[in-house]
Amino acid sequence: MFSSSTPSAAQKSDTDKGHGASTTWQKHLAQFWAFIVDHPKSVASIILVIAMTLFLTLNVNGYWDFALPLRGKKLLALMVVGYAIGVSTLLFQTLTHNPILTPSLLGFDSLYVLLQSVLVFFLGAISFTIIDPIAKFMLEIFLMFGASMLLFQLLFSKTSQDLTRLILVGVIFGVLFRSLSALIARLINPDDFVVVQSASYAQFNTVNPQLLGISVIICVITGLFVWRWRYQCDVLMLGKAQATNLGINYQRLAFGLLTVIAVLVATATALVGPVTFFGLLVCALTNRLARNMYHSERLILVSLVAMICLVLGQTIFEQILGMAGVLSVVIELAGGLVFLLLIFMTKHR
Amino acid sequence: MSLFSHRAHTSVKPSSSLSAASSNWQREADKALITKPRRAAIPPWLINLGSLILMGLLVLLSLSIGVADFSWSGIFHSLLNHSANSDSSLLLVSRIPRTLAIILTGVAMAVAGMIIQVVLKNRFVEPSMVGATQSAALGLLVVSLLFPASALIIKMGVATFSAVIGMMVFMALIHRIPPTDFLMIPLIGIVFGGIIEAVTTFIAYQTETLQMLSVWQFGDFSGVLAGRYELLWLTGGLCVLAYIIADKLTIVGLGDNIALNLGISKRQVTWLGVGMVAMMSAVVVVTVGMIPFIGLVVPNIVSRLMGDKLRRSLPAVALLGASAVLLCDIIGRSIHYPFEVPVATVFGVVGTVLFLWLLLRAPAEQ
Repeated sequence: MFSSSTPSAAQKSDTDKGHGASTTWQKHLAQFWAFIVDHPKSVASIILVIAMTLFLTLNVNGYWDFALPLRGKKLLALMVVGYAIGVSTLLFQTLTHNPILTPSLLGFDSLYVLLQSVLVFFLGAISFTIIDPIAKFMLEIFLMFGASMLLFQLLFSKTSQDLTRLILVGVIFGVLFRSLSALIARLINPDDFVVVQSASYAQFNTVNPQLLGISVIICVITGLFVWRWRYQCDVLMLGKAQATNLGINYQRLAFGLLTVIAVLVATATALVGPVTFFGLLVCALTNRLARNMYHSERLILVSLVAMICLVLGQTIFEQILGMAGVLSVVIELAGGLVFLLLIFMTKHR
Repeated sequence: MSLFSHRAHTSVKPSSSLSAASSNWQREADKALITKPRRAAIPPWLINLGSLILMGLLVLLSLSIGVADFSWSGIFHSLLNHSANSDSSLLLVSRIPRTLAIILTGVAMAVAGMIIQVVLKNRFVEPSMVGATQSAALGLLVVSLLFPASALIIKMGVATFSAVIGMMVFMALIHRIPPTDFLMIPLIGIVFGGIIEAVTTFIAYQTETLQMLSVWQFGDFSGVLAGRYELLWLTGGLCVLAYIIADKLTIVGLGDNIALNLGISKRQVTWLGVGMVAMMSAVVVVTVGMIPFIGLVVPNIVSRLMGDKLRRSLPAVALLGASAVLLCDIIGRSIHYPFEVPVATVFGVVGTVLFLWLLLRAPAEQ
């Protein structure tokens, strides 16, 4: 997989850049750089494998039977979250024709936390925790899908022509959902409060292992669907009218994409909690790295980039710097800066 | 809601109802000169009297709600006998300070919101959307970590200073955003505030002071007792200052050229306004914590009822701000009696709903 270097591309860049390079090592360096730029997917895969190895092996101190399964589960969870957030954001940007939108920016994952609180409120923490996790998760995803359909309808029927207002309304909806969750959290008794509270902050170092199996299944199924739709998504990038003219069943595709987005957002939020800007960050990185805008390339790349960010970030913060809980804060910080950058770049074009 | 219903009968276009961009603001001001009789529908003194009565009722309610046993007859007894009993001491130590703190906070946040809206010529900003409250919390955290023994007044000075710096950075950020893009400014402000908050959380996490931080980030009056809120009187003084310079602020809000023609130093008034907003935010953060959306919602509602002339509208802004926080605190105290829901949580719900309503009604960009 990693050695799939097409010789023609390497040779082409060789003839392009070899002219300026005087010594051989400079020539090799240029060749190497051209290879990296030409093969973002392969390079990302290599980095991801390195990050995974580091994550599994750093500071183990001999207790391999104990450390490996524990870290393996965590690694899998991080990769599932990376995939879910990256792909859902990319699809959302395709669906809304906009590179600065993400589902979480419009309040979709605070919506999930709110649903969670409402369920605790009505069921009580005890029946909420003894209920079969898979059944509960299915119920949550079902509710999440319905609620995000409503939110999407509301946001995009009234305000779609005015992007700034759309984002602002979405952000405020996010604040409203968070405040409502907080209010519910205060109204229930303290034991239940802990259950809700743990769901309302992003935690990358303590993931929910119960949901891991079903999350992997969800990722595989949605992955198959999305991979089948990749060319239709390319056409969708041209705009709704163009896509309809070119024979895309817009209603059905949009419905399918929104379903996948709702399911993926619910999965990611269930595993680690809400993150606002992570999707934006990895999609901006992907659009920068990708050679073209085809979904067949960007879908894979965005998953890889998101996984690298999470796995490498978690390795660095947990094992090297010894700060376990900081990753989500750092991601929010970097993502917020990227968001401002994107806004100012689109403004001054 | 019945207060607003008279608008439905007037024949004014909805687009003139909300002066958001600076040009709209100016138009609204012109219109105020031409169509003055329209505002006679509810004279300002009547609105102010109404909100004063409302506030009085809320104050009485706020004084009588609480977990500890309390009866008004006990107060009368102690007044008659000239002796202190448990009821009167409860009133003096807990209930009255709390109610005063609520009123002062409400007044300060609403007035600060009005000032920053006039200075930035934007209807959709408030101190927590220009980075003021978040920067104040950051400054407070840093000074508490570096110099834990420093006096309260020094901590407050640092908080104010960092709030001013935060607002300066924000104003430099939005410098090139055209005023017609009026919703972009609150959006950038929210993200900017989020970034400062992330930095603050990072520092607090590393130094294990998250609990200390959450006190400032989350407005709550449950800890207010006599001796713990007096700093808030400073905001009362600042509100009086705001009333004194109200006309200058109004003129600056009308636009740069008008201010120049009328001989007002726009720069000076702007910086005075920014400094006042920073100080009010810092005091509120230090004593009770952040309460978002008051400074946004209250000035918007008042400005719909009585226009943008600050000398006329500032008293109403102050009264309505106090009433809003009182009401939310009463809700927070009674909704889950005997437990208490922080006022910031209650206002988070009420304020966002009102803000969404304002946003969805606002005219589209030209």
